[in-house]
Amino acid sequence: MSHFIFVPLTLGLSILTAFFETRYVMTDDKTWLTMARFWGRLFLINFALGVVTGLTLEFQFAMNWAEFSKYAGDILGAPLAIEAMVAFFLESVFIGVWIFGWNKISKGMHALSMWIVAFATNLSALWILLANGWMQKPVGYHLATNTIGESRAEMIDFLALLTNPYGWIKFAHALMSGYVVAAFFVMGISAWHLLRANEMAFFKSSFRIAAAFGLGACFLVILTGDFHGTEIAKVQPAKLAAMESVWETKRGVGFSLLLLPDESGERNRIERLTIPNAVSILAYHDMKSEIKGLKAFPKEVRPPVWPVFFGFRFMVGLGIFMFFVSLLAVYLSRKEDFETNRFFLNVVLFSIPAPYIAGQLGWIVSEIGRQPWIVYGVLKTSDAVSKSISAVQVFGSLIGFTLLYGGLGMIGTYLVVKYAGKGPDRVPPGTVVSENRSK
Amino acid sequence: MALQLTWFILWSILWSLYFMLDGFVLGTGMLSGVLGRSDTEKRVLINSVGPVWSGNEVWLITAGATTFATFPPVYALMFSYLYTALLLILFALIIRGVSFEFRGKVDHPSWKSAWDIAIIVSSFLPALLFGVTFGNIFQGLPMDNSGYHGSLFTLFNPYGLMTGILFVLLFAVHGALYASVKTNGELGSRARRTANNLWNLLFIVAVAFLVYTRFATKLFDNYFKYPVLAIFPLILMMSLIAVKIFIAKGALLKAFAFSCVAIAFEIFTGVAGLFPSLIPSRIDSAYNLTVFNSSSSPYALKIMTVAAMIFIPIVILYQIWVYRVFHARVNRDDIVSGYEGY
Repeated sequence: MSHFIFVPLTLGLSILTAFFETRYVMTDDKTWLTMARFWGRLFLINFALGVVTGLTLEFQFAMNWAEFSKYAGDILGAPLAIEAMVAFFLESVFIGVWIFGWNKISKGMHALSMWIVAFATNLSALWILLANGWMQKPVGYHLATNTIGESRAEMIDFLALLTNPYGWIKFAHALMSGYVVAAFFVMGISAWHLLRANEMAFFKSSFRIAAAFGLGACFLVILTGDFHGTEIAKVQPAKLAAMESVWETKRGVGFSLLLLPDESGERNRIERLTIPNAVSILAYHDMKSEIKGLKAFPKEVRPPVWPVFFGFRFMVGLGIFMFFVSLLAVYLSRKEDFETNRFFLNVVLFSIPAPYIAGQLGWIVSEIGRQPWIVYGVLKTSDAVSKSISAVQVFGSLIGFTLLYGGLGMIGTYLVVKYAGKGPDRVPPGTVVSENRSK
Repeated sequence: MALQLTWFILWSILWSLYFMLDGFVLGTGMLSGVLGRSDTEKRVLINSVGPVWSGNEVWLITAGATTFATFPPVYALMFSYLYTALLLILFALIIRGVSFEFRGKVDHPSWKSAWDIAIIVSSFLPALLFGVTFGNIFQGLPMDNSGYHGSLFTLFNPYGLMTGILFVLLFAVHGALYASVKTNGELGSRARRTANNLWNLLFIVAVAFLVYTRFATKLFDNYFKYPVLAIFPLILMMSLIAVKIFIAKGALLKAFAFSCVAIAFEIFTGVAGLFPSLIPSRIDSAYNLTVFNSSSSPYALKIMTVAAMIFIPIVILYQIWVYRVFHARVNRDDIVSGYEGY
């Protein structure tokens, strides 16, 4: 899932960059161009990492999950292949056009290239999450045997896979959380410069736009999160029970602000400050609805409670925190001298990691919450790994990937910090003899 | 049945398109130390592939993902049996992509020379390992119903190694020709000379490869059964000769075009011999993974066929547009005063 460390930022930052450049095309005001180039460069550093780690995503299925690939290839192959043909190509081709096309194509076409990249990046996430959605809630398939007598899942209704509500809701939720990452990234870097009184006008207007974008995205994250919760309640009741650490099946379950699950004792050690019926309301929008407790599921099909429960808690906590930060950001940045509020700017600056952490926690809830299943209710994770590769190989590749991604991640972060700290170049294109970027 | 055949043909076309397009990026990359004598020349080379390399690489992803969708066991077993080799290829391609993007981002000699080395190694390694992998697929993998009986080292048998060297040389000539078409002056003529010299070696290895194939693999069985298939190796050899002729004439674009044809027909030559297997077993043909025993369901194949028929032509159209936008040679002046590029 390392792919999702680098990608979320690109989902929203591409849109912001395209927006800035479009303003430039429409107004011919060079400030917008400078903005597109400054944020676009930071986008590119991240994008390079997102694209190359996308390679891994496409191949890790077979490398580590051979049995699973044989089992589910009939179904999951199509969305991944279409993702490559439709989205991956678009973004990879037009990013080249954007980087190299400044003097080769018209201004409008150039801005359009970034819109295409933004569209394709978002579209790519859709296909990936439709594939993931099928693993969470299998639809449109039947079980059959292939020609060499192994059982496998076969697709019988592609449309059902395309319209799987689980996939779409998850897509919307993940997409919006990616936009929040971008908004906090732009706000945080702007705050850093405002604290140092650099390029005030430039970073104030970047900040304002990002704040509005962030507030909208935060609101939608929460809204789609609510839909997502009700879908989980319907489709994966065991995950819901683990998220809320509910052990006994009953009606009108309350939400305890202080709660400590006791996994071996199959109970909660602490349950304090309970809001009555809150879990039932969140799950089914009905305060008297029944929540299935973990005890209703045999032990071997229960997900691990601790990571799912705390992952969910902290994710929601961060989500609410970010909502209020962006609400304040929109409100405070309306004033012309908001840079004097140094405390708030520091809060924004140090909130850059918050949406990243929330996103990773979200993946923990979603993927660990599905255990022991890899395809929910159909195939167990333990039956899905590759038989022919040894533990040594898997371990070796894990170390390799960790070192490689860790190394590249550090270099990428170093470059982002370097270029973010340097601030925008005040040079109009084509008129200067030397330009920092291409040295 | 018809769909299975369609996807067998598409499978070979996708791989050959990938090798044709990424081949010159890999070739330019591995020769960047030889061709580019100065920092500016190195940057001219990187910028000559800059606008197109990422789009080209997606053909690999498409080849892999369509294999997943249309022949799931082939995808699953190919990647888990050849695990270490393919993992190294992935690592190399990741590093290559990042190197292009990051090299110019810090203006310090040791930063740049570190990425220069990374570019050379991460371009050479995939070329070699793809060749070794395909050489082993042509021979058949040591697999039966209990799994795979080989390792990274058994892949480096003489025939596998020879195919690896063939791929390296094919891509090196291809990359040098691309550089000669896309650059000017001293760099351009150096690229042309390099292509011309490497060609001699390539031709010897290509002939030796075809001869060795007769003894090390069963690919020729199909050729004896259907002599018409001999057209594939024939076109391969003729386009290689055409490459030499056009280099001598100075028609470098034509030489490059024939180098594209040669790479595609190298793949077709192998794959035509494999049919109906995608991956044969060296132990017993009963364990071959064939078009018939390892395809997806007819319904999934139909969905994939419709998707490919719609989207692949669109992709090709806009990639052609991009090559037209960036058809001009990359000049040293573009780099020194330029606004764009790496």
